[in-house]
Amino acid sequence: MAELAPGTRVRVKDDWPERRGPCHIRTPHYLRGRSGTVQRVLGRFANPEDLAFARPAPKRVLYHVLFDQPPIFQEGRPGDEVLVEIFEHWLEPENPAQEAA
Amino acid sequence: MSPPARRESLAQLEALIAALKAKGIVSEEELAARQASTDRASPETGARMVARAWLDPEYRALLLRDGAQAAERMGVSMAGAPPLGVLEDTAARHHLVVCTLCSCYPRAVLGYPPHWYKSFAYRSRAVRDPRGVLAEWGTVLPEGMEIRVVDSTADYRWMVLPMRPAGTEGWSEDQLAAIVTRDALVGVALPQQPAAAAA
Repeated sequence: MAELAPGTRVRVKDDWPERRGPCHIRTPHYLRGRSGTVQRVLGRFANPEDLAFARPAPKRVLYHVLFDQPPIFQEGRPGDEVLVEIFEHWLEPENPAQEAA
Repeated sequence: MSPPARRESLAQLEALIAALKAKGIVSEEELAARQASTDRASPETGARMVARAWLDPEYRALLLRDGAQAAERMGVSMAGAPPLGVLEDTAARHHLVVCTLCSCYPRAVLGYPPHWYKSFAYRSRAVRDPRGVLAEWGTVLPEGMEIRVVDSTADYRWMVLPMRPAGTEGWSEDQLAAIVTRDALVGVALPQQPAAAAA
């Protein structure tokens, strides 16, 4: 995956590895399937999902992704936001059809 | 499941240290150095970094660009520590730091996290109801100020650069550092100008 530029709209994969077996995930459950905006590239870090099991851990791009806070919990004040570190393999285009076009 | 007894934990710890030493992964000196830097780390470091940033635009720019380098400038060894990011509060935006997954905290510049930072209550509520959590701390943001909750989920650690309170014009770095509390450095409180100092 090419590095995403700040401003790119992304969606966090609606994936639940914890339902398939033992795992270590750094993507909060409340963001799965949520759309946000890449704010900044933080760097490349060894994938913690592999590190936790002492497997070879390839470096993955870590992004700072910004989300509107109220839609996540159906409460809160408009304008409030959540900023979260998300690894590249958890992100997909917000609109896959648009990406393919 | 109850935690293992302290004695058992200590025996396990000693066995682990012995194994790591035997494999040449850590030395006694490295352990001692890390212990010393952990013991030295305290919110006073973060407070001094904030105070200096309030006084020195060049240091402020460095702090926002590369928190780890800014910490090194204050004499803190960041060797082996995660990268440090600094979140700049403005008149329009307040930052609140939480780690919903565990208890990631910028220990190199703030020391040990307080117990509440690791509590389920803070971790679950800060991200869902940040204004409610702040209100319980007595922290009421000016009307129109937005909150950005920073969930510290991965390899960075985050510290807040709060706004300098009005009425502190002409203060020294020491005076300014004294009003930057541990709580202000993660955004649950705002630096307050003490009434006595204002007189």
